[in-house]
Amino acid sequence: MATPDRPRPSFDKLGLVIGIVAAAAAGAPFATFRANRIVPGEGRAIWEALPAGWATALLLVVAGAALVAMLRSPAPARLAAALAALATLALLIGTAAHHLTPPDNAYARVAPASGFWLLGFAFALLAADALTRLQLSATARIAALAAVAAAIWLLLALGAWDGLSLLKEYANRADRFWAEGARHLALALGSLAAAIVAGIPLGILCHRVSGLRDAVLNLLNMIQTIPSIALFGLLIAPLGWIAANLPGASVIGIRGIGAAPAALALFLYSLLPMVANTVVGLAQVPAAANDAARGMGMTARQRLTRIELPLALPVILAGIRIVLVQNIGLATIAALIGGGGFGVFVFQGLGQTAMDLVLLGAVPTVALAFAAAILLDAAVELTAAPGSRV
Amino acid sequence: MIELEHVSKRYGETEVVSDVTLTVPPRSIAAIVGTSGSGKTTLLRMINRLVEPSAGTIKLDGVDHRSVPPHELRRRIGYVIQGHGLFPHRTVAQNIATVPALLGWPRAKTKARVDELLTLFQLDPAEFAARYPHELSGGQQQRVGVARALAAGPNLLLMDEPFGALDPIIRAKAQADLLSLQARLGTTIILVTHDIEEAVLLGHRIAVMDAGRVLQYAPPSEILARPATPFVEALVGTGERPFKLLSLKPVAEAVEQGIVEGEPIAASATQRDALAALLWSGRPALPVQSAEGVIIGKVTVAGLSKRAARPE
Ligand SMILES: Nc1ncnc2c1ncn2[C@@H]1O[C@H](COP(=O)(O)OP(=O)(O)OP(=O)(O)O)[C@@H](O)[C@H]1O
Ligand SMILES: [Mg+2]
Repeated sequence: MATPDRPRPSFDKLGLVIGIVAAAAAGAPFATFRANRIVPGEGRAIWEALPAGWATALLLVVAGAALVAMLRSPAPARLAAALAALATLALLIGTAAHHLTPPDNAYARVAPASGFWLLGFAFALLAADALTRLQLSATARIAALAAVAAAIWLLLALGAWDGLSLLKEYANRADRFWAEGARHLALALGSLAAAIVAGIPLGILCHRVSGLRDAVLNLLNMIQTIPSIALFGLLIAPLGWIAANLPGASVIGIRGIGAAPAALALFLYSLLPMVANTVVGLAQVPAAANDAARGMGMTARQRLTRIELPLALPVILAGIRIVLVQNIGLATIAALIGGGGFGVFVFQGLGQTAMDLVLLGAVPTVALAFAAAILLDAAVELTAAPGSRV
Repeated sequence: MIELEHVSKRYGETEVVSDVTLTVPPRSIAAIVGTSGSGKTTLLRMINRLVEPSAGTIKLDGVDHRSVPPHELRRRIGYVIQGHGLFPHRTVAQNIATVPALLGWPRAKTKARVDELLTLFQLDPAEFAARYPHELSGGQQQRVGVARALAAGPNLLLMDEPFGALDPIIRAKAQADLLSLQARLGTTIILVTHDIEEAVLLGHRIAVMDAGRVLQYAPPSEILARPATPFVEALVGTGERPFKLLSLKPVAEAVEQGIVEGEPIAASATQRDALAALLWSGRPALPVQSAEGVIIGKVTVAGLSKRAARPE
């Protein structure tokens, strides 16, 4: 028997959560004020942290966006509300820094506090949900990423955030920041490149020689389970030995500690996803397509380059995505053995209990991983064989 | 001409094709028919060396097929696999151009050939060339599969259950198209099927296989009239036998003198269709009309039933 149509509740479940979080966050400390970079801070609520006009404006925008979230509004409206709230938050946290810092005081530090983070989280969630509902195409997602990056760059270039503690930490070590950033990317991308160059042929070999497949995958699986710190430790001894005994090895940078063991460890971790995805990608090539290729007179090499690899490409790219995101995160640990990268700031900051310094390392790492994930997801979608797209 | 001499294939202990000797004359269609697992596909794939024979020799136009490298041999032989096997990441035009590309044909020649084949198979190049296989119906995919096999103009075409996945109406159309195509191009075709009807319709000669052996290799009328073994007889189906026999010949060969009343039958229709029309109309005889529309005589139930009897 058909149940009669019941009127659906006019509020949105996720929106309700966002509304509750926003209400709680509005009363929580918006920014933290500290007399210098290591003393504990004091929280300042929105109406304390901002001039009265701006505080009212922020509260109105937050309330309005939360209302849009709670009602069953269309996805574009939800996205617009989320973006408006996020943009207002981003602008006003910079204003709060200027407002709270006493004039001519170089020691005082203002940082975003729990209220800011909660509001940011709530509306980022709303934006992500709206984007999912909009089901943007791959190119539109890349464009959205570029737009967000451009907006952040603009805020930085205009100095809107210069009063924040994070940027004061940056200003004190700008050269070091870019050097470690370059090192971080070199570690993540270099080990990725090496894993692609070694992993894809190894995957092809495993696909062709079935006896090899289980042995190789089991070994790589085992490496994957070694914790990163332990793997660094395991590599120090053999690399140190090579540096000491192989002429020329230390000249090209091979040492027991530093970038060499870090890059090697990242490479070893990357091999499993690369090899496994290549094997899976090749295995799911339709048998009939392979058979037809042979029957048409393709040589083994032609079959590989014209049929098997193109059809396996989306799965192989998915492997590259896993590896890149994983390596951008893992490269942070390289700092522990003198390998450099953004991890340097994270561990220095932890040592000095200077949270701003920790964030100076962590924020760009997370942003990079996030951007890499979006870019490669889009690439996977764009290269998916037209035949398998619906 | 294709000559198989004492060809066998063994996998370990089991022999899946045993001592097959047969000759397919040029410009003819040979149908290989048999139950599942009887070795039909294996026999077919030994011809283009997708499977290497364990024993025996295979000659194409008198030359041992092992005298050229396998991939070069295969580029000269059209191959249609079951379920079309189109490349999902390539357009219809790229699929058809596979062998021309391997042979290094110039672009313009390849394009002209692709358009020619698409037109031949009643697929408008402007509409279909840029489509991907998943954007085609099953019948269209099947036609593209055959077009691809014919792209480089092979004089031998191997087809493994090419019409297996088609519904009866599309299948009948595809079979008729294949017959007219073969008559036009003169391609030698070896076609695997498990449908004896299809074998009788398409084959100039039929090879009946069971458990790796060719039990009988003969023209359809011979297979129907004189099955060599009880297995062949069972495959042909005794109940259907007279009708299959009639389906092999056109009405033109059964015309008798005389004028009768009734709806005329085309001289090109099969005798089986004529018998059906006679029985359905309840008349003992119907007029026969030539392709030009002239009444050329009559066809009778009595005459046809004599022809449906076992030949001496
Ligand atoms: N590579 C192989 N290794 C071992 N046995 C095989 C191999 N290929 C085929 N066979 C066996 O050979 C026999 C004949 O197979 P084949 O594919 O030629 O049959 P078929 O007549 O084409 O059947 P179907 O009508 O089901 O397609 C089967 O019993 C099959 O199991
Ligand atoms: Mg078969």
